[in-house]
Amino acid sequence: MPRQLQTAFAILYAGVLYGFIFLPVVVLVLFSFQDGTLPVPPLHGLTLHWYGEIFADRKLMAALGNSLLVAVISSAVACLLGFLAAYAFARYRLPASNLQRALIVAPMTVSTLIIALGLLSVFSRLDIQLSLWTVGAGHVVINLPLCFAIIYASMGAHQINIERAARDLGARDWQVMLLVTAPMLMPSILAAFFLSVTFSWDEFIIAFLLSRFDVTLPVEIWSMLRSGLDPKTNAIGSVVFLMSVVLLFMLELIVLRKSGKPS
Amino acid sequence: MTVTPLERAEQRKAWGFALPALVWTTAFFLFPFAYMAAISLWTRSGGKIVATWTLDNYAAFFGKSHLLKALLNSLEVTAIVTVISILLAYPLAWIIAERVPKRWQRMALIMAILPFWTSYVVRSYSWLLVLSKGGVVNQTLIWAGLVAEPLQLSASRTGTVIGFVHFFVMLLTLTIYANLVQLSPNYRRAAADLGASGLQTFRHVILPLTLPGIMVGAFLTFVLCIGDYITPQILGGNNELLLPQVIMLQLGRRADFPMAAALSLVLMAVVTLAYLFCARWLKMERT
Repeated sequence: MPRQLQTAFAILYAGVLYGFIFLPVVVLVLFSFQDGTLPVPPLHGLTLHWYGEIFADRKLMAALGNSLLVAVISSAVACLLGFLAAYAFARYRLPASNLQRALIVAPMTVSTLIIALGLLSVFSRLDIQLSLWTVGAGHVVINLPLCFAIIYASMGAHQINIERAARDLGARDWQVMLLVTAPMLMPSILAAFFLSVTFSWDEFIIAFLLSRFDVTLPVEIWSMLRSGLDPKTNAIGSVVFLMSVVLLFMLELIVLRKSGKPS
Repeated sequence: MTVTPLERAEQRKAWGFALPALVWTTAFFLFPFAYMAAISLWTRSGGKIVATWTLDNYAAFFGKSHLLKALLNSLEVTAIVTVISILLAYPLAWIIAERVPKRWQRMALIMAILPFWTSYVVRSYSWLLVLSKGGVVNQTLIWAGLVAEPLQLSASRTGTVIGFVHFFVMLLTLTIYANLVQLSPNYRRAAADLGASGLQTFRHVILPLTLPGIMVGAFLTFVLCIGDYITPQILGGNNELLLPQVIMLQLGRRADFPMAAALSLVLMAVVTLAYLFCARWLKMERT
């Protein structure tokens, strides 16, 4: 095939696939502005009515707040536990450390349905009321392996000397960790944090099975689906997508700053 | 090796740091998992879980055709999705890696996986908008005069497959791209010098070298696809159920924890088998 034809073919193929990838998102966002009650063509006109609806919807806004709360708190806990464990395994020699590390990353290999089901059976056996706390506990389980792996991978040998220097100058253990190690690792700690927030923010199964009266946003959207296609669902879906993208770009900025290469 | 008091003190400190994570994982993952495995061997009578050991749940799984059918459906759908996704994603990854100028590659990749970051629920709902009877695709087809009646795209296996393929094309583009950019251009030059045609180079050099990336992606696709409840529930309709849907049914309507637990372990066994099958390539990737 001549080179030009090849290039034309490549552009066509990439165009079609990008179209496929973006089709549902474009339709979702476009018809969230639908001036009518059905979010399907034809487009009757553009309105912000449905966004007004969702921001006036008390239940939906409560769910949005719950989602943010659960995402931020569970990610912070996961980062803290992950950081401490990474510090222990990178700086000290512990017996059977391979096995212990395997235990910490194990939840990553198991589907969230199984994690949720296990937690649900234990909680109901122990008569623990389902709430946002139980959802948060589940989200820490899925995010801890991720935080641990990211932070552990970035704890190199080159930081040890700086920590030693700090210790020689009289810093206590907690001072070394808090004032020396943590700031040096801040890019990867933040990367782990934002990635966790993204996952927790979007997670459905654990949030669905382990919540009762207060629910997170994906669960609330799920219950909205029962009423079928509705531009209001489009509007809240677009908001959720926008927030995920914002989180992603924050992550990208931080990762970029860490690697220090403009691309 | 003798342990000095100083070393012992250090080690105690290290335990202190590692312990919170270990305790959390044990309490909220390992223990619940073990408890669930135990429950799967118990039974339910009068709405209560009774701790009598039996293999009844597993026997029921292989005995009741609708349960076994759900697993077969899941395996079929997952296989179809994995194959189509690889076939679609590979050329895209190749175009991004080879045809897009270096400085735009990162942007092209981010764009290719952007919708990846919407939640399952929102993504499946968006596909419902596109595929439903009055949706974008059907209205376009009717408007263009290609079909007279709207096609049954949602509420069918087609819907589930399209929803899944969309997600996994993005995932696979990422893993295959990561593999492709690692390849030294020298391989291709050497093959060309030795007289291989473009197609031969691809078939005998590039493809085998990118197999690890394909397998990593295929494994992730398999695991995430076979365990997903949302996509088939929103897009698949009621005609056929996949395994996660059946598991959720046990929980919801019947509150049959032992059965749900047994089915989950079957699901996990299938995933483990897939891992063992792929382990060879997954290991290669790690080095």
